Amino acid sequence: MKRFLAILHARNLEFIRDRAALSWGFLFPTALMMGFALLFSNGDQELYKVGILGELNHPFHESRYINFISVKNIEQAITKVERHQLDLLIDPKQLRYWVNSSSPSGYVAEQMLKASGGKTFKENNVSGKEIRYIDWLIPGVLGMNMMFSALFGIGFVIVRYRKNGVLKRLKGTPLTATEFLMAQIVSRLILILFVSTTVYIGCHLILNFSMYGSYISLFLVFTLGSLAMIALGLLVASRLKSDELAAGITNAISIPMMLLSGVWFSLEGSPQWITFISKLLPLTHVVDASRAIMLDGASLIDVSHHIVALIAMMLLFLFLGVKLFRWE
Amino acid sequence: MTSILKVNSLTKNFQTNIAVNDISFQIKKGQCFGMLGPNGAGKTTTIEIMEGITQPTSGEVFYKGKPIGHLFREQCGIQFQHTALQDFLSVRETLKLFAGLYPKTSDLDDLIQRCNLESFLDSDNRKLSGGQRQRMLLAIALINDPEIVFLDEPTTGLDPQARHNFWDLIKNVLSRGTTIILSTHYMEEAAELCDEIIIMDRGHIIAQGPPNQLLQQHFNEQLVRIPEQKLPKTSIEKLKQPDDFQHILFQSTSFQNDGWVEISTTDVNKTISNLIRDGVDLNFLQIRQRNLEDLFLELTGKGLRE
Repeated sequence: MKRFLAILHARNLEFIRDRAALSWGFLFPTALMMGFALLFSNGDQELYKVGILGELNHPFHESRYINFISVKNIEQAITKVERHQLDLLIDPKQLRYWVNSSSPSGYVAEQMLKASGGKTFKENNVSGKEIRYIDWLIPGVLGMNMMFSALFGIGFVIVRYRKNGVLKRLKGTPLTATEFLMAQIVSRLILILFVSTTVYIGCHLILNFSMYGSYISLFLVFTLGSLAMIALGLLVASRLKSDELAAGITNAISIPMMLLSGVWFSLEGSPQWITFISKLLPLTHVVDASRAIMLDGASLIDVSHHIVALIAMMLLFLFLGVKLFRWE
Repeated sequence: MTSILKVNSLTKNFQTNIAVNDISFQIKKGQCFGMLGPNGAGKTTTIEIMEGITQPTSGEVFYKGKPIGHLFREQCGIQFQHTALQDFLSVRETLKLFAGLYPKTSDLDDLIQRCNLESFLDSDNRKLSGGQRQRMLLAIALINDPEIVFLDEPTTGLDPQARHNFWDLIKNVLSRGTTIILSTHYMEEAAELCDEIIIMDRGHIIAQGPPNQLLQQHFNEQLVRIPEQKLPKTSIEKLKQPDDFQHILFQSTSFQNDGWVEISTTDVNKTISNLIRDGVDLNFLQIRQRNLEDLFLELTGKGLRE
């Protein structure tokens, strides 16, 4: 424990004093989110979006400037109305429709329906705050930043230590590989959670994004996610001695992971093999779970499959990383 | 004196290259044990096997009669030849870090004073001069108050003054009864510090013993040196005829040999009388003892730093 604390303390000092890396850790995600918030602040809806359950044979269907979307699952569709992702949802068989009373576009679409002779439809009111793209993006960007910090932060430090002989010097002491690696993991975890919390609070103050779930659940998902991705970084760095190779491998892992984990766009409706691959990536589970918590107010039980996946990945990567680790 | 460390038939192969080839020796408690040899002789590999850092292909190392294990790391001190330390830490913080890795530690203030670290204690350890850095690395090697310390070429690359300062620190460590294993390719360093040496070449031990004893064993003659231009051609021709007490050395034995003729002799008086008889100007004449550098050349046919 004394040895673990000695290494942890040294690693923390090293990071805090490395001003460039530290400021980048804060600036990158904040700038990214501010940029996106600015990009999408004007709104991108030129058309009204109306969901149709089944077939609609009604003059309203001839209306211009409306994008009719065929939907199958009524519950999901109602959620979309709540989040302003659909302006109107029509069930032609039961002669009813759903509209969000707080949505101006919903009101206009509703008036268009009534004007085209749809007065026989029964109105169902739902309420809910608009989910903007930025709200949807926040969990993704936080998760992605976590991934970069975990993979590059852990991997590069260990490979650099190995290359310049720091690891060899430590090997000549009673320090064990497990103690050394645990200190690296804990140091990085503290850093990631601190940066993520600060960025979260900062962006929340400015962008006022949605958070319907429990902060404790979100924190737990972020902690497990960070651990799984730090362990992956550890595994990559377990033997490499060349930082160029380490950079190559880390990029080869992180970039596909960023694209295939649904950080920027939803993977709903993607080919099955993409969905399959994405489920093998820890970032997917972090992003999906935190999105469910933040946007849907999901409980830990609702996202338990993601939590189990993250724990399993963390244990697997840790086991292999410690097993394969070489000081030299 | 009892032996503290014993090396038994050590061999280490790296793929097809045999770095250390079946060597055995013992180190007595409290002595300074020198390992000499050119680069690539197998010194560092042997030291790292003794430290437990490298696993031998075959052979064993015993510390106080028992095979070395993981616990040996708590008991020995190590100064590697090439090493780096954590970035962004000061000398004081680095010492504290290493102190935190051992169950038993030396008194830090005493160690700082003994290794002359006071003047740069709060400097970033990347900003130290060569001599300061080696002193800090020595302090790290001594941080667990070890009975045995391994120093792998600690003065390589230091200027003469820094090297002499470092020798004083080593003498201080020896005066406390600590056993030191020192590798070097500076013969004068070995002659100054070591009680016993081994000379290694291509993975083998080619000579072993106290430095003076080794010189006595191999050399009973001295060197008379004269600038070549002061020596008439006829004298050179005469010297080339082998004598029973002297012969001319055609091979250079040191760096400064250019333009000098060296006569190896068992009778300095006779050699000098002969030179006087030939009318040679003796104003620049030098006489020197054969040293470890000469011994290495004699044993291997090449210089130590080639």
